[in-house]
Amino acid sequence: MIRFEEVTKRFGQKVVLKNVSYEVSEGEIFCIVGPSGTGKSVSLKLMIKLLSPTSGRVCIGDDCVSSSWSKDLSVLRSRFGYLFQSAALLAWMSVYENVALPLRERTKLTDAEIRDKVMDALEKVGLENDAETYPADLSGGMQKRTGLARAIVTEPEILLYDEPTSGLDPVTSRMIDDLIVELNERLGTTSVVVTHDMHSALSIADRIAMLHGGRVATIEAPQNFIKSEVPEVRSFLDAQYITRKGVWEKGN
Amino acid sequence: MIIREPVILPERKGFLAKIGQKVVILIGEAGRCAMVGIGAFAQMPHVFNKRSRGEVIRQLYICAVKSLPVVTVVAFFIGMVLALQIGIELRHFNQEHLIGSVVMATMLREMGPFMSGLVIAASVGASMAAQMGTMTVNDEIAALEIMSINPLRFLVMPRMVAMIIAMPLLSFYTCMLGLVGGGVVGYTQFTVPLTVYWTNAMDFANLRSFHVGLFKATIFGIIIVTVSCYEGFTTTRGAVGVGHATRTSVVLNFLLILIVGYFVTRLFY
Repeated sequence: MIRFEEVTKRFGQKVVLKNVSYEVSEGEIFCIVGPSGTGKSVSLKLMIKLLSPTSGRVCIGDDCVSSSWSKDLSVLRSRFGYLFQSAALLAWMSVYENVALPLRERTKLTDAEIRDKVMDALEKVGLENDAETYPADLSGGMQKRTGLARAIVTEPEILLYDEPTSGLDPVTSRMIDDLIVELNERLGTTSVVVTHDMHSALSIADRIAMLHGGRVATIEAPQNFIKSEVPEVRSFLDAQYITRKGVWEKGN
Repeated sequence: MIIREPVILPERKGFLAKIGQKVVILIGEAGRCAMVGIGAFAQMPHVFNKRSRGEVIRQLYICAVKSLPVVTVVAFFIGMVLALQIGIELRHFNQEHLIGSVVMATMLREMGPFMSGLVIAASVGASMAAQMGTMTVNDEIAALEIMSINPLRFLVMPRMVAMIIAMPLLSFYTCMLGLVGGGVVGYTQFTVPLTVYWTNAMDFANLRSFHVGLFKATIFGIIIVTVSCYEGFTTTRGAVGVGHATRTSVVLNFLLILIVGYFVTRLFY
């Protein structure tokens, strides 16, 4: 579904990704973990061509993102939902208007149909009673949940999550994790989740990729990931008190 | 695509190479800035959409109505200062009654569009650059692009339309209030009767000056929206970047209003 082929990304002299290759399968929940500055968010931005690779190719199915022109890109991007780390809500619009925005701008649905879809999305993230609130009056977690509702309201094929649980309390984090799994199971959505939160990654992922120093250190299913002997993986897991004996199952 | 990757060019050695690189960068930026303006014009057919209409009205309120207090004060005092300075000189020749003519000619041809342009660049333009800059650093512009919503249509075009409507009106309003301010000074400082002031002023009010003034104001409006939005869209480095974009937009707008104003005057006179 999403294919990185020998992707290198430089910013000036700084190399963020070095010949990275991996593939995310259709309907999979693929988590990318790793220390800060190793190119996790850059990987997401390459998938929707907010950035272009210095060399190599990023492909979505048969379409090569890195060589798409603006018209094709618009069609390609309509297949994606994206949850930004900062939520990226429009400040002059209420929660309802923010979530309704992609439907109003991209579809020909009636106001009533849009209302149903928006309220459904808000209910999923537990914000149905805050529809008329403005982003400035929301907590960080509520802003992030609004961003998530906006990302899922169009029911896209592929959902990209940039740190979906950072800054959230454990209960809300769990709710977001459950929602990612639910969307994946109910709609067959392919999800790519960038996170530092190993507990979350181990709970929801089908496979976990660890980026380190701009390279893929390992790609494993969660049960194998925690047993990995790759030093970078081991130190990352140890830092979050996750041992080889830890038992993590998808959905738990 | 509005969101662009930062272009990091290799550092050049040698004075001429550095100058050459800066010129290339400047030409590139000018071209991209112009593309924002052209792109906004290309999106004009969408102005009749229900949603765009609402946004144009909202922007008209911000550009025109909310700017009225400051434009009023500036216009009134510009007229007063003009009348006072001219009156002092004309008094040497016992020609104070001509104050109205000079104020009218100056306001209509130059000061009306120029002063309204400066005021709008400093208030509305600066706020536009700051808003676009904040949206850029908060990933809101990127979010729009990912949702396949063209920021040129969604953000720039309504501002452009509003400014094209608002600037000539504000320029005309500035001219009229300047004329009133001049009349007040003429009457109180130089005892020029208001009827004489008005008659002389109307003698110098020709349609050509009026049209050129409105045309200039429209051009200034287009410049303000284009430069301010471009500066906002190219903001980097968080809050510092937003401050830098705002400052740059105001400076560039002031310079362009002066330079373009001169060439438009040359074109018609």
